Amino acid sequence: MTLARRIIPCLDVDGARVVKGVNFVGLRDAGDPAQLAARYNSEGADELVALDIAASRDHRPTFLATIRRVAAELAIPLTAGGGIRSAQDARSVLRAGADKITLNTAAVARPALISETSLEFGAQAVVLAIDAKRIGDQWMVMVRGGREPANRDAIAWAKEAVALGAGEILVTSMDRDGTKSGFDTALTAAISSAVSVPVIASGGAKLPAHFADVFTAGLADAALAASIFHDDVQSIRDLKEFLSAHGIPVRLPC
Amino acid sequence: MKITLLDYGAGNVPSVERALQRLGAESQRAITPECIANADALVLPGVGHFETLMRALDERGLRAPLLDALGRGVPFLGICLGLHALYLASDEAPDLAGLQLLLGRVRSLPSSVKLPHMGWNRLLVKRQSRLLTGVEAGAYFYFAHTYAAIDDCPETVATCSYGADFIAVLEKENICAVQFHPEKSGAAGAQVLRNFLGLCA
Repeated sequence: MTLARRIIPCLDVDGARVVKGVNFVGLRDAGDPAQLAARYNSEGADELVALDIAASRDHRPTFLATIRRVAAELAIPLTAGGGIRSAQDARSVLRAGADKITLNTAAVARPALISETSLEFGAQAVVLAIDAKRIGDQWMVMVRGGREPANRDAIAWAKEAVALGAGEILVTSMDRDGTKSGFDTALTAAISSAVSVPVIASGGAKLPAHFADVFTAGLADAALAASIFHDDVQSIRDLKEFLSAHGIPVRLPC
Repeated sequence: MKITLLDYGAGNVPSVERALQRLGAESQRAITPECIANADALVLPGVGHFETLMRALDERGLRAPLLDALGRGVPFLGICLGLHALYLASDEAPDLAGLQLLLGRVRSLPSSVKLPHMGWNRLLVKRQSRLLTGVEAGAYFYFAHTYAAIDDCPETVATCSYGADFIAVLEKENICAVQFHPEKSGAAGAQVLRNFLGLCA
């Protein structure tokens, strides 16, 4: 028995719609979140992530309504985040139907947010998202949707977050995001080797071989992608059959 | 027949509610001793910390009515932490007593593997059961936990292996429990819930 490697489609949500962009800018509409969720649920996705990219207070009720609509379509876990600044924010997202939350900018500003949410909801419900960019010979943490440097080393931050109670790390390569040139396996492997919790790789996926690489060389436990799934560039079913044929344990839907 | 979901505030109640709805079952959330005393069937959905669950049960006065209902033969399904609650205690909060319906204690999975045990894994079925009837051999279920019932017991239906073998499914008369999340385990999980609803009918 082996724990299957997970394939996770990501919905970047702006209000009530899924959007997509390259390197976090130039957004365009990519569909209805509930419709996409239903499709991924039936195609064999192992989990779904929904991120509120606007992440402003004004958009909160709309995003919570979107989570409720998405959760209603799923018989797989749902992770939601973007703009979670307090345990109360986390609670409303979980009560709307998410199983896990992601923390990002607010946790960098106030790391105790990780321990507070982990104590209340359990480590398995707290995913720390790190947007990392290569600067010199280090990967540095970026915040506010990848726009601002946080002056923190990504690997050190991952370790600190796990010590505070994060149950998973979602690491996005800002250098690869939207490029379709493959995951940053060096970054993912460095984080995965440094922490004792599962690591989700994100940013740069296009080809099935990119996923195989990130599960082998990249030591990732799960891999996340958005537009290649939304646009049907890559079917989840075909991707999983490819990975299985390459000896990577995946849950093949029946 | 209405399924009563113990809603102690920190659980995965909405997901379980929706999964039951999809199977056509009616459910209600319960937070009072009276609701539990009158329940036809009980589900204890659980995610989070053992301490949060046991404290919530005690602070709301739910322990006695719950034990009473289980003693009367009311069908019960414990999910994840709801399985842990059946034991004497858990190393996650060593000072708190569990429901003490099963011998043994809940312990941490070994640190030789990445924890939490998070994701889809398969079962090793040990014996015939009501809960796993009609579940395809080799089916995957979704797990999200660090602590587990590691010691084998006569109630074991199926185990899972991650760093150590642990109990994934158990049945003892009217008491059923699963370590995975059937409400998040696609078609295989829906079959387990359907089987439980069959026991309640």
